[in-house]
Amino acid sequence: MCEVLLDVQHLTHYFKINSKIKIRAVDDLSFQIRRGEIFGLVGESGCGKSTAAYCLMNIYRPFSGKILYRGIDICDPKAYRRNKKMLQTSRQMIFQDSASSLNGRMKVAEIIAEPMEIHHIRPPRGSLRREAEFQLHYVGMEASYLDRYPSQLSGGMRQRVAIARALTMEPALLIADEPVASLDVSIQAQILNLFKHLQSEHGFSILFIAHDLSVVKYLCDRVGVMYRGRLVETAPSGELFENPLHPYTKALLSAIPCPDPRRERHRVWQEYDPALFEWPGEMVEISPDHLVRKGEEKIEN
Amino acid sequence: MESLLEIRDLSVSFDTSQGELKALRNVNLSLYPGEVLALVGESGCGKSVLCKTIMKLLPENARIKNGRILAAGKDITDYREKEMERLRGRLFSMVFQNPMTVLNPAVSVGEQIGEAVRVRYPKMKREEVLKRVLELMDLTGIPEAEKRCKMYPCHFSGGMRQRSVMAIALACDPGILLADEPTTALDVTVQAQILDLLLMIQKKLKTATLLVSHDLSVVARVADRIAVMYAGKIIETGTSEDIFYDPRHPYTRGLLRSLPFFAEKGEELYTIPGMPPSLTRLPRGDAFACRNEYALAIDYEKEPPMFRISDTHYAATWLLDPRAPSMENISLAWPDMLSGNRPEGGGENSV
Repeated sequence: MCEVLLDVQHLTHYFKINSKIKIRAVDDLSFQIRRGEIFGLVGESGCGKSTAAYCLMNIYRPFSGKILYRGIDICDPKAYRRNKKMLQTSRQMIFQDSASSLNGRMKVAEIIAEPMEIHHIRPPRGSLRREAEFQLHYVGMEASYLDRYPSQLSGGMRQRVAIARALTMEPALLIADEPVASLDVSIQAQILNLFKHLQSEHGFSILFIAHDLSVVKYLCDRVGVMYRGRLVETAPSGELFENPLHPYTKALLSAIPCPDPRRERHRVWQEYDPALFEWPGEMVEISPDHLVRKGEEKIEN
Repeated sequence: MESLLEIRDLSVSFDTSQGELKALRNVNLSLYPGEVLALVGESGCGKSVLCKTIMKLLPENARIKNGRILAAGKDITDYREKEMERLRGRLFSMVFQNPMTVLNPAVSVGEQIGEAVRVRYPKMKREEVLKRVLELMDLTGIPEAEKRCKMYPCHFSGGMRQRSVMAIALACDPGILLADEPTTALDVTVQAQILDLLLMIQKKLKTATLLVSHDLSVVARVADRIAVMYAGKIIETGTSEDIFYDPRHPYTRGLLRSLPFFAEKGEELYTIPGMPPSLTRLPRGDAFACRNEYALAIDYEKEPPMFRISDTHYAATWLLDPRAPSMENISLAWPDMLSGNRPEGGGENSV
């Protein structure tokens, strides 16, 4: 359980707007994902969560820093080429918007089987169609959907097809970029159960990116809170929700809407004023596994 | 109290290639001055269609089959486009889900708000319009209004854009504000800000608000009353307290139970079995029957009427019929909610 699957060290990624302006999307990001755990990455929009995920998938080439996946530095072109097949099959990504990440001109069966075709993997269940059928069943859909197009499916179903596609490769690491953000509550519950099942039954490691904190609290083992491209706090999820230390985390937690009208009406949410705190400060380990970025204002422990 | 907006027995259908799509079926709703009524349901249950029917913004293949819409005492069901134009903005205005698509990217924000002001006061002088624009921006919490009103939507963040859209909606002092998922596209922190803004405006201007949302936890903070919709029908209405502490319809309970907020770590989330029915081929009887764990034989035969639970609380389920098996057995499956006691774990976030 303690084996480190993915080790991100000082990852930095800039976007150049022009010769003068650079946007630091991800700035000195370091965290680890252990085998078989669900790591949640939360933060407001534009804080660099998705950019970090893209770097981990080799979609963006990071400006500096190291990403070690099973000990292989995936940012090093040589090392990447040598292990290309392993890296491409054992990491899979699920995108936020399933409507645009599925090819509208391919049928569900083709979409799910495509990764196998690309990597010339012989389908373990006989044919590609049988494989697609199996994966579709696995995510809780009937075989009758195999010949549908993505536009004929509802949002929840499309998201499941996207998950099924990622599962065909039986990845060791699944990167899910806001997979439930656009779904209804009842469908969201089904997808979250599926993630939980994947972790407990198949030992998947999952990087779960979200902005809905009640989802993160339910699903994740460890959580990292991002702000302005940097991590401000990482902790086991129980610890983070009971004992948040960084002011930004506190502000974020106080904004979770809770389905209880009497308490909701009196809830005061705290605002985080970045001007009050020294930035960036340094990451300090408070207790085992609980790291906080310390700023000017003292954190009382 | 006299209602500001009243919808009586409204049915709306779309003519599609698959036949008649019953988007709304016999909806009854009234909105009183100064209250927030939340309309909750899954996507495709007809929430937005109801808003658009009130605003008469329906596409051409839609028709109102029966029912009346009464706004401020007047029957507006048969109003033509010209008459509706006079009402839109003044009597009711709408805030849409995605502020990105509502604002014109090529026109500055101040000008877009000013445009809405001029609809109401066509003879207003330029300086007065500007003054009013700044007032509105101030009201919706946009800081440095003088500078910001010359900026374009692309310079604004999502929350700021939603604030500008609200300023436009409020430009003509509407009596009724229809907010269609105003916070869905936003972050948690920004969402909290926009909800607070909605509440503040509510208190200041005494506008009646119809808030459409698919998220029950969003609604808890702002709503006075809640109406739950399923497959084009309102299946339960009540005050916030009624719905959250004493939900009677199995669908409402299902929605509340599937929120991850209530789930203990490690246990499986509750899911409502099955899928919502297709609105073109609705089943006989109660549309929710096939997903209902407590469905009775009559559910498959006859649609349930609205049963009265208290003066404010109504629900459409046969389980409330005096002949049905007692609710006690069913309540046991839902002890936390019905007694109002929450699991201990939920408390630490409230400050």
